[in-house]
Amino acid sequence: MAAIRKKGSKELPPVSTASLPDIVFMLLFFFMVATVMRETELKVQVRYPQATELQKLEKKSLVSYIYIGAPTGNYREQYGTAPIIQLNDEFVNREEYKSAIAVFIQNERAKVDEKLIPQMTTSLRVDKEVKMGIITDVKQELRKVSALKINYSATQRTGDL
Amino acid sequence: MLKRKKKKLEEMNASSMADIAFLLLIFFLVTTTMDVDKGLLVLLPPYSEEPPPETKENQRNVLDILVNSRDQLLVKGELTEVRDLKDMAIKHVNNRGANPKYSDSPQEAVMSLKSDRGTSYNIYITVQNELKAAYNQMRNEYAKQKFGLAYEDLSKEDQKTVREEYPLKISEAEPEDFTGEGG
Repeated sequence: MAAIRKKGSKELPPVSTASLPDIVFMLLFFFMVATVMRETELKVQVRYPQATELQKLEKKSLVSYIYIGAPTGNYREQYGTAPIIQLNDEFVNREEYKSAIAVFIQNERAKVDEKLIPQMTTSLRVDKEVKMGIITDVKQELRKVSALKINYSATQRTGDL
Repeated sequence: MLKRKKKKLEEMNASSMADIAFLLLIFFLVTTTMDVDKGLLVLLPPYSEEPPPETKENQRNVLDILVNSRDQLLVKGELTEVRDLKDMAIKHVNNRGANPKYSDSPQEAVMSLKSDRGTSYNIYITVQNELKAAYNQMRNEYAKQKFGLAYEDLSKEDQKTVREEYPLKISEAEPEDFTGEGG
């Protein structure tokens, strides 16, 4: 009887937070493994077209990105609303993009091992409303510098056409 | 007396550990992206100054696809809906000489894709996707028939055999500026 009363009078121990760091570390490692570093700030609006026959891009270090789309909000005053090309963090002038793409591909090639150059892919992240004219010009430039492996970025289509 | 004063070594305070870990977690959340890049992989033809040689191939082997600046589709001279393109491509490639309007054999079949500078990227990708879908389906059927497995499950060599049976040849003509709408 006495023993029971003693137990009941004890205060409830505080909830242990010792496992909290473990939980947070677990989350941290998950994010470290599942994500990649953000390299460029997107300055153009890109709504991907939809497709079904998608392939995953392997080896992120061998992929260079070319963004084409209308400038987003803040940049509209300066650059207008017509589609524009973004390489890395910068816009490319409409007059200069031919040489700019060649320089861009050369820079990207300098970053990787010479043996891996044939495996390099150029990913075109293009807004679906963009007209083919500008894309054809870009493709033509890529052919001139023999960056022949390209990827048209798209998202998975679920419904029928 | 002395013995009683000597306390047990206190445990290290680990309560800030969670804060540090949270800080790192938030750093990674902000600086990284999760998007996996998916898309249609295409191999461009090498650049040459001269215009491509006139095709000597029999006209029946070529599936002419024309997309105009209003995103309308003309296949073999007929107005076609995009959703019918896949079946049409399959019919063309798998014809094996039966219908004189379509190809002689899958090896000789060529897709000729011509777009306008004013064609939207969306429809272009859809057309490319449908052609690829048609070939993937045909390769899969052939793989099942010959090896009893889906194309993806075959060995590298067998995949090559299947690819050689159904080679995907898309010839893209330089788009013409019919309307002057292109950028």
